[in-house]
Amino acid sequence: MSFLDYLLGRRRNTAEIARERLQIILAREHTNRNAPDYLPALQQDILEVVAKYIPIDLQDIRVNLEREGDYEVLELNIPLSDDARGTTIRATTRAR
Amino acid sequence: MAKIIVVTSGKGGVGKTTTSASFGAGLALRGHKTVVVDFDIGLRNLDLIMGCERRVVYDFVNVINKDARLNQALVRDKRVEHLYMLPASQTRDKDVLTREGVDRVFHELQQELGFEYIVCDSPAGIEKGARMALYFADEAIVVTNPEIASVRDSDRILGILSANSRRAEEGMEPVKPYLLVTRYNPDRVEQGEMLSLETVKELLGIPLIGVIPESESVLNASNLGTPVILDEKSKAGVAYSDVVDRFLGENRPLRFISTERTSLLRRFFGG
Ligand SMILES: Nc1ncnc2c1ncn2[C@@H]1O[C@H](COP(=O)(O)OP(=O)(O)OP(=O)(O)O)[C@@H](O)[C@H]1O
Ligand SMILES: [Mg+2]
Repeated sequence: MSFLDYLLGRRRNTAEIARERLQIILAREHTNRNAPDYLPALQQDILEVVAKYIPIDLQDIRVNLEREGDYEVLELNIPLSDDARGTTIRATTRAR
Repeated sequence: MAKIIVVTSGKGGVGKTTTSASFGAGLALRGHKTVVVDFDIGLRNLDLIMGCERRVVYDFVNVINKDARLNQALVRDKRVEHLYMLPASQTRDKDVLTREGVDRVFHELQQELGFEYIVCDSPAGIEKGARMALYFADEAIVVTNPEIASVRDSDRILGILSANSRRAEEGMEPVKPYLLVTRYNPDRVEQGEMLSLETVKELLGIPLIGVIPESESVLNASNLGTPVILDEKSKAGVAYSDVVDRFLGENRPLRFISTERTSLLRRFFGG
């Protein structure tokens, strides 16, 4: 922080940044909270199958679990590699 | 029936033991027979904070293993009537607490010894020890510092409370959680350097039972082995008294949550 900022009482509001980061991470962790125990294993198995055919980057995988009425909808978004022009595989399963 | 209250946080060092000692003492001061149980197996500390370390003979694990009777292990407070402490053991084996054992001890505390409140001082973490401490709880005081990691860990503990407590497993009314923000520094909040009370409350979404300011008297109290609530001149002590009153249904406005007008000079040079 520059001396001028200091004189003018301008400070970076770090608490605001902390609040935004927390909002995002808590929302994500709440989605995973209600996930069934087998979810990580299922995710791993699906990824292994997909990886047999397509080079994928594990970092880019998004798993989403949502409730829709009586159903739980599991969504696995796998961005394909660059040469596949960023298409996305979408595996949606419905389980009671 | 006694009420079982767990003091929990997930994150370590946020003020659970400080809170357990003062909260327990506050309930006892108001005439309720109260026991504070140290669940931090292997790291007994509540005895020091409550100033009764030299009178510990048997501990929680001895009672569970039936090597001692509950009466022999309970330490009665010398200053505060109606206040008792059940020390943790110093054993390294953390698996010594069993649900059956804890259940039996709690049952005896309520039915035979007539305790009204059982306050459980949880260890840090979300592993077995912390889960055991919260398992039997009716209500939970979630101790949170206005700091990013503490808020996240409190949120995780709330998830465990609502899914893995006895109340959850047996389909009873859920455990009632209360937010206790500790080590709060209104000056830094005003400077935009510390999460505000409102933000922490909004992020965790549970009712607030109090705010304990960052205060030097807490260290002094622990040096002396006196729960800080007994220090009526300290802000932290007064804030803990308010917490106990609110817990018992009294209406107490929050205190020490805004800056005392700091001088311009101090703002310029200071802190
Ligand atoms: N309101 C406060 N103001 C200043 N210092 C405090 C406050 N509350 C707690 N502390 C200090 O923070 C430290 C940790 O407190 P305490 O032992 O109660 O935390 P804890 O959550 O029980 O820790 P652990 O997770 O290791 O069991 C102690 O040194 C204590 O004196
Ligand atoms: Mg502790």
